[in-house]
Amino acid sequence: MTAAQVWEALDEIPDPEIPVISLVELGVIRDVAVADGRVRVDFTPTFLGCPALEAMQRALAAKVEELGCEPDVRVITDDSWTTDRISPAAREKLRAAGFAPPVPRAAGATTLVQLQSHVFRCPYCGSTETRLENIFGPTPCRSLRWCDSCRQPFEQFKTI
Amino acid sequence: MTEPQEHSGRAQLLLELADDELIVGWRDSEWTGIAPTLEEDVAFSSIAQNEIGHARALYELAAIELGTDADALAFDRQPAEYRCAPLVELHLLDWAHTIARRYLYEEADRVRIEALKSSDDAELAGLAAKIDREEVYHRLHAELWAARLREEPRFRDAVAELWPYALGVLPEELRPELARRVGLEPAGSSLLQAAERGRHTPELSELWGEMTEVRRSAPGAQW
Repeated sequence: MTAAQVWEALDEIPDPEIPVISLVELGVIRDVAVADGRVRVDFTPTFLGCPALEAMQRALAAKVEELGCEPDVRVITDDSWTTDRISPAAREKLRAAGFAPPVPRAAGATTLVQLQSHVFRCPYCGSTETRLENIFGPTPCRSLRWCDSCRQPFEQFKTI
Repeated sequence: MTEPQEHSGRAQLLLELADDELIVGWRDSEWTGIAPTLEEDVAFSSIAQNEIGHARALYELAAIELGTDADALAFDRQPAEYRCAPLVELHLLDWAHTIARRYLYEEADRVRIEALKSSDDAELAGLAAKIDREEVYHRLHAELWAARLREEPRFRDAVAELWPYALGVLPEELRPELARRVGLEPAGSSLLQAAERGRHTPELSELWGEMTEVRRSAPGAQW
């Protein structure tokens, strides 16, 4: 078993909340190490309050077991994951599924002015005439926005 | 107050932080379903969920050191063993006080997270940096409401009433920074007595009874 084979297998695991992209595409798998039939997977939650955290840990462990290896899934809780790690292909998949992908992480903390600006493109019609309806949404990683052009609510992945 | 177990300074600090986040999350979740607007219902529920997520991560760090697990720390201790500040325990029944607490808690939390980010303890500093980035969204929410209500007498009174409690969230050395940020009287004045950590309000026991009821009903069960 090689690390590359493990990565390939893990890429089959869909995100439990947004199943159009995989956990690998989401960028939350930080590292894979294979040694003596044991596979260590370092994984980081998007938000610490993510309701799918345990489901993701279980899915990762189950996939490693499917490969005939003993899983060791570790949760990394430092600041090294950012939404900037979501792959370009995954961003397009998010958009196609009606989620506006996150904007790049700014140097400082996000401000309300930034959130209320028009840089957020509607995933349905592409218009930038959109506005923030609620910083919060169905999971900690999402905000609710409204498109003034096509009059459609949509979810925005928060930048973190 | 007797402390049933003496923990290391680090475990003690982690429990203070985790207990604050768990209890404030629990209190915020009490608005789920009954907040004044649907948008606030979503906001309070989401903030509560994330604060409890922070509590879990902090309990997990403490649990490694204390040889236990996060659930046991969150639910198996007696009310007197919790290390949370009285600010988060209060059962607030009106919106003015609820927003005043959110605002003051987020400001106090910001001050201590900033200090923790430069800790020599890499694990704690890393977690603080992660929490800080997530709290940005909680702060935006609190700031928006505080700005909207700033001139309302009912809100101003609530902030003044909860101010001694807000000071009690922080160790003394960090209180002047909180006072500077919020623009209120710093601690140490003869008129101002902070509501210190370690003394609990009767509201905590009530909350604890509800929070631990299911777990106590079937000890050791796997959910």
